[in-house]
Amino acid sequence: MTPISAPPSHKVAPAPKRPIDWAKLLAHLVLISGSIMFLMPFVYVLSTSLKTAGDVYTFPPEFIPDPVAWENYPDALTAMPFDRFFLNTIMLALGRIIGLTLSCSLAGFAFAKLRWKGRNTLFFIVLLTLMIPTEVTLIPRYILFSKLGWVGSFAPLLVPGFFAENAFFVFLFRQFFMTMGQDIIDAARIDGCSFIGLFRRIIAPNAKPVFAVVAIYIIQNNWNSFLLPMIYLTDRAKYTLALGLRLFNEQYYSQTHLLMAASVFVVIPIVILFFFMQRYFIQGVVFTGTKG
Amino acid sequence: MGGLLLIHDLFKPKRLSFWESLNAWIFVAPWILGFILFTGGPILASFVISFTEWDIVNPPVWFGLGNYELMLRDPLFFQSLKVTTIYALVAVPLQIVVGLFIAMLLNTKIRLIGLYRTLFYLPAVLPIVSVAVMWRWILSRDWGLVNWFLSLFGVNGPGWLSEPEWALPALILMSLWGVGSGMLIYLAGLQGIPTDLYEAAEVDGAGRWATFIHITLPMISPVILFQLVVGLIAAFQVFAQPFIMTQGGPQNSTLFYLLHLFRNAFEFFRMGYASALSWVLFMYIAVLTLLIFRFSAAWVFYEGEIKNE
Repeated sequence: MTPISAPPSHKVAPAPKRPIDWAKLLAHLVLISGSIMFLMPFVYVLSTSLKTAGDVYTFPPEFIPDPVAWENYPDALTAMPFDRFFLNTIMLALGRIIGLTLSCSLAGFAFAKLRWKGRNTLFFIVLLTLMIPTEVTLIPRYILFSKLGWVGSFAPLLVPGFFAENAFFVFLFRQFFMTMGQDIIDAARIDGCSFIGLFRRIIAPNAKPVFAVVAIYIIQNNWNSFLLPMIYLTDRAKYTLALGLRLFNEQYYSQTHLLMAASVFVVIPIVILFFFMQRYFIQGVVFTGTKG
Repeated sequence: MGGLLLIHDLFKPKRLSFWESLNAWIFVAPWILGFILFTGGPILASFVISFTEWDIVNPPVWFGLGNYELMLRDPLFFQSLKVTTIYALVAVPLQIVVGLFIAMLLNTKIRLIGLYRTLFYLPAVLPIVSVAVMWRWILSRDWGLVNWFLSLFGVNGPGWLSEPEWALPALILMSLWGVGSGMLIYLAGLQGIPTDLYEAAEVDGAGRWATFIHITLPMISPVILFQLVVGLIAAFQVFAQPFIMTQGGPQNSTLFYLLHLFRNAFEFFRMGYASALSWVLFMYIAVLTLLIFRFSAAWVFYEGEIKNE
């Protein structure tokens, strides 16, 4: 687990000098009770997922399962092909990572480091598309893909990725590349390096953090994504985890212990990713809000 | 947002190299194609489709303004607009207040700050379908965590998802579990406030509240504006929560706009009507966003800007 480094101390408001800082004590109290409130839903769901069917419905709730029903997990996960859903989700994420990082970083590079006519106008359009809600493009896209015969396949979810579908990533790459020095680029150009060579050998290797942020974003979005996969992936063998869980929710509506086990299973990979890659999650979010 | 960024680009080189331009256009080509095929084209297409009746299988039939007239007589359209607007008006400000509050608590020299930040942020990264499934159980009337918590105070909690007057508040409450991402953005904003402002306030003998009102709030107002707009757009895209937890019910009390649109498009295959719904929503969001920007001049403070008194 990567700990988040404390904020640079010189930017923090100075604490008043008093023997007991009541404000700080109060802050701790509020934060601790807040943390408990934020954690309780997890604890409750986790404990339900480890109870036997008969122990689930008790009031007041018992937070420690007794006996611990570990078998809920294998029971839930074999009731439907969750291994398949898992693989599908991973494959979609990988495909989108390849498509989006390639197309968005190249566009970001052209917007940040090349000088050409039309750059400002096009970049303004990139920014405008950030404000467009998905609903507006939902139906024509669906019609397009259904006329192409792609409904039921992964293509409607993968192909747009290769066309820099995500304006925010273009923006993110562009902002990062902007901060890279112009002199090294000019030097490389004088040495006869092509633009694509420049990108491959100098820009990309020096921009690993932003690639990592984008890749993690894609994994998270992909885990989260529900409406589009539901529209396009009509075949159960192609379901993602989110779709699988939704189906499980319908079919095992009243078997809460299994339902909670399945939803914990869907959440766990993202939680693990979060703990190991917290730095990148946070960089991405902070970037969103402050560099706009 | 855009205006500020373009300032970087004002620098114009004297001569543009043809080779450099050609390369740039090649690098941007995928995005341009994608924009035409998957964004710009579809937006125009949905406008045209909104004047037709179309079930995809049969050829579209010109319907003129028929879909828009139908909309005026569709009580579910007004219901979904109402539900989504209430959600946006209540949930978005609540998320801002709670997120800013936690961020301010975390913006002191305090122990375990990393741990707190992790805990508050974690729910925000969880997949929404899992969150919806989990919260259906947490909000259960007889065995749910929320009603257990209320029972500690002697309150007999309602059937959150089964009573029309409580279902929308329940979804708003649930949305607060995800304030972590907003919180991080405020935290970054708070840490960007120059310390000397606070020192000056202390010298002037300003209390905590005065410092908050006169320094923190103005300095962070651009971030709040950004979150307001982002939150608004997100509110109009809420789908999975009602779809999984309530199916829009009970009595359409959680019929969110996108759910209504989805049903028309993909359950009834009324592509024309659904396109009209999407355009009305687009315009509605655009007007709301413009209004927010219009009135933001009164409360958003940009550093380096001098206001006319």
